[in-house]
Amino acid sequence: MSGEALAIVGASGSGKSTLLGLLAGLDVPSSGNVRIAGEELFELDEDGRAALRARLLGFVFQSFQLLPALNALENVMLPLELAGRENAAALATAMLERVGLGERLRHYPRTLSGGEQQRVALARAFVMRPRLLMADEPTGNLDAATGAAIIDLLFELNAEAGTTLLLVTHDESLAARCGRQLRLAAGRIVP
Amino acid sequence: MATLGLAWRMLLRDWRAGELRVLALALVLAVASVASVGFFADRVRQALAREAQQLIGADLVVQGDRPVRGELRDELARRGLRQAQSVGFVSMARKGEAAQLAGVKGVSEGYPLRGRLRIAPQVNTPDAPATGIPAPGTVWVDERLAATLGARVGDAIELGNSLFKVGAILTMEPDRGASFFNIAPRLMLREDEVAATGLVQPGSRIWYTLLASGEREPVAQFEAWLKPKLARGENLQSLENARPEVRASIDRSQQFIGLTALLAVILAAVAVGLSTRRYSQRHLDGYAVMRCFGASQSRLFALFAWEFLLLGAAAAIVGGLAGYAAQYVIAAMVSGLMLVELPQPTLLPALQGMLVGMALLLGFSLPPLLQLKNVPALRVIRRDVGAPQQGALAGYAAGTLTIAGLLIWQAGDTKLGLIVLGGFILAGVVFAGFGYAALHGLARFSAGGGLSWRYGLASLRRRAGANTIQILALSLGLAAILMLTFTRGDLLETWRSKVPADAPNRFVVNIQPEQRAGVLEVFRDNKLAEPQVYPMIRGRYTAKNAQAVSESEFEDRARRLVEREFNLSYMAVKPAHNSIVAGRWFTDEDQKNGALSVEEGIAKTLGWKLGDVLGWQVAGRSFSAPITSVRKLDWDSMRVNFFVIATPGLLADFPASFVSSFHLPPGDSTFTSKLSQAYTNLTVVDMSAIMAQAQALIEQVVRAVQFVFLFALGAGVLVLYAALLATQDERMQEAAVMRALGASRAQVVAAQRAEFAALGIISGLLASAAAVAIGWAVAHFVFQFPYRMNGWIWLAGPALGLACVGYNAWSGARAALGRPPILALREA
Repeated sequence: MSGEALAIVGASGSGKSTLLGLLAGLDVPSSGNVRIAGEELFELDEDGRAALRARLLGFVFQSFQLLPALNALENVMLPLELAGRENAAALATAMLERVGLGERLRHYPRTLSGGEQQRVALARAFVMRPRLLMADEPTGNLDAATGAAIIDLLFELNAEAGTTLLLVTHDESLAARCGRQLRLAAGRIVP
Repeated sequence: MATLGLAWRMLLRDWRAGELRVLALALVLAVASVASVGFFADRVRQALAREAQQLIGADLVVQGDRPVRGELRDELARRGLRQAQSVGFVSMARKGEAAQLAGVKGVSEGYPLRGRLRIAPQVNTPDAPATGIPAPGTVWVDERLAATLGARVGDAIELGNSLFKVGAILTMEPDRGASFFNIAPRLMLREDEVAATGLVQPGSRIWYTLLASGEREPVAQFEAWLKPKLARGENLQSLENARPEVRASIDRSQQFIGLTALLAVILAAVAVGLSTRRYSQRHLDGYAVMRCFGASQSRLFALFAWEFLLLGAAAAIVGGLAGYAAQYVIAAMVSGLMLVELPQPTLLPALQGMLVGMALLLGFSLPPLLQLKNVPALRVIRRDVGAPQQGALAGYAAGTLTIAGLLIWQAGDTKLGLIVLGGFILAGVVFAGFGYAALHGLARFSAGGGLSWRYGLASLRRRAGANTIQILALSLGLAAILMLTFTRGDLLETWRSKVPADAPNRFVVNIQPEQRAGVLEVFRDNKLAEPQVYPMIRGRYTAKNAQAVSESEFEDRARRLVEREFNLSYMAVKPAHNSIVAGRWFTDEDQKNGALSVEEGIAKTLGWKLGDVLGWQVAGRSFSAPITSVRKLDWDSMRVNFFVIATPGLLADFPASFVSSFHLPPGDSTFTSKLSQAYTNLTVVDMSAIMAQAQALIEQVVRAVQFVFLFALGAGVLVLYAALLATQDERMQEAAVMRALGASRAQVVAAQRAEFAALGIISGLLASAAAVAIGWAVAHFVFQFPYRMNGWIWLAGPALGLACVGYNAWSGARAALGRPPILALREA
């Protein structure tokens, strides 16, 4: 449902990331379909799915996936530039200030801590105002304290933006913060 | 437009991160290498076209070995064209005790018809255009002759039987060529005063030149009239083919320098391919992320393609500018070959260089970029998908064909281009094969060494593919440099040492029959050994086996031989420095009937065989005789050699001059002048001075080639660096694992140094071996003397190799140890 936060929970190897990939149109199932905002995902070709992602989806990854040759500002600007938005720099600057990195705009990923890198990734994801945000183990590479701060920030931004959140995690306590949980085991949803 | 803007920003960002520098530098080197040679060639072409009139001193020139026919002079007058004449020969100029071989040129009023002579009142004073030709009783000498004779303007100089006053110092003679005649310093006098010198004798080698100028159409009509009427021994030069000997030497130099420039292009192509492959690998994740954000495959490919095109354009411009600067160096190095001032080049070579750069980019960057295109967005979640295929060499086929086409185009001749292409391919295969074998072989000998040494050598074998490319690139560049330094020096030194210390170093020509005894007496009086004296008769080759011979049947050198007169000789006894390779020396029967003995090289050039009956014309009379022997000559003996020797009965009755060679001990500076004072018509040629001068000219071309090879060496080092970067991530991870397992920083550095040292030494040794092998082949097959190798080459090669990999070793160690191991392990 729109604005909902759904957690996909399961042990390592249960198929969480695979499911996420299918739901985002990054992977193609052997059978079945996915419908996002009324659109049948797998009736679109690869470029069609990419265009849908551009319009509707945002991503946060466990490994941050920042481009190392770009500084923090440029990483956040990138999706705006790809979408051809005019005021990419201003929007990106505002979002980085929102996540507390206003003083680190010109820093490269290699000079940022893990927590800071994930903040940049959050800013990058939310700057496009996605309708659906997919987060794959966003705290997997962070220590407990940093991870907790990142999760708080994630939920804050999510509430501000009114985005629907799909969170993949193996952490039960994190899953509990979401309004609904979906459990996976060996590739199947379990009650 | 938006895509272009984003591509530009991506380029700036990647440049800032150091991602594209090797690629850019490789393109700059390739473009600069081709453009520098292209700019130089363009300047020379423009100069030859612009200065063609000056280069021949007229619009049209007829040159021959007989006095100018009255028929030609009359026809020029009838057509209202201006005309002038000159006559040229070499002879001894004397002032007091000093004597010097000079290129004597007698000129008529009106010379030159195009261009201006320049003269100065003394040596090292400002010159000015001459307003005419030397006044009666005076000569103009160039600075070199003035210096050798110690002559100033106003001094007296003897030439043959005549005494002249030096009227001016000749500083500029635009139609001076590059032949032997023009290597000697110049003495210019009036043509109508040549006869009085007594130097024009039967058998003398004289060039007679008729110059013509006028409006374009009448000159063209005269040329059309003259062409079918040209006699044997006459040749016609017009603006299109002015100074063929100058054009030929310049063309050959340009051809060779152009081909060497392409070695840099070939190595740069490897660097471009390696660095683009690395770029692709490092952008796999970023590409997948952008696919995640919604960028389509085609949009992303367009972004990357534009980014590379913009980089290519920028690198091509920089390369063009660098090439423009570099061509000044080439021009300065070969200034001795140039006779005229070179104008500024056009932009065309820059465009050609840029095209080469863009062709390299398309041919060697596109294949790895195309692989990037296939990376799926799923890679953001599953890093095991989307890795590019290894190998896929077929993707580089277009680029390889482009380079092959460039080689053939630059060679200017398909056959030569294919030979050079084949040579490069063979060199590549041989170097790569030996390099690969050496890597594996060396790794086997690592047992017994320390940990670092063993690990370093094992790494060599583990990364054999990348290391082989590095060895290939570096050893090619090093081999070229070693060949042009050590091997060239060795060959020259061996050749010099082959000539005995007491070998003849002077030739004396134009000895008249009645002077023979007296000349030999001069030798005896000066306590020098009497030299062997040979008769020389000038004759023209007219028929073979009763069929008349025409120069149109021949090409190039053969044609030139047939057009000119031969220097024939006769003798009953075979010269000691000649050996018979076919047939037999003159028997009594041959002496009675008449026979010929010919040199094997000229026989091959002109298609002469044993038993052929050759017809000759000498002094208006004809004779013919069969070939009964073929001789091999020892040119290095520095003794007098004849292509054609007849039995005495055939030629003894013809007017002849005599020629000889002798050894003048060093330090004896007066014998030559004594001889020429006693016999003023003699010409004494100092062979060592002539050879030194010719060698100086060749040295200039070699230096220019060495300079251009530096581009190739630079490209070779760049390939090394690109290959280092391509394996850097792997090295960093290995170093992290080593350190996690307890290895010290020193051990990690030592292992990397061992690997690079081995690379440098293998490359250097391969380069040394190649230079020695090629030196041996040239000595054995071309010069036919044993090759004496300089042992230092085996040290120089590895030393240079180590120097080239030194930076790589330092940079690699810095990268491997620059980050905490945990970070490298996490990113694996």
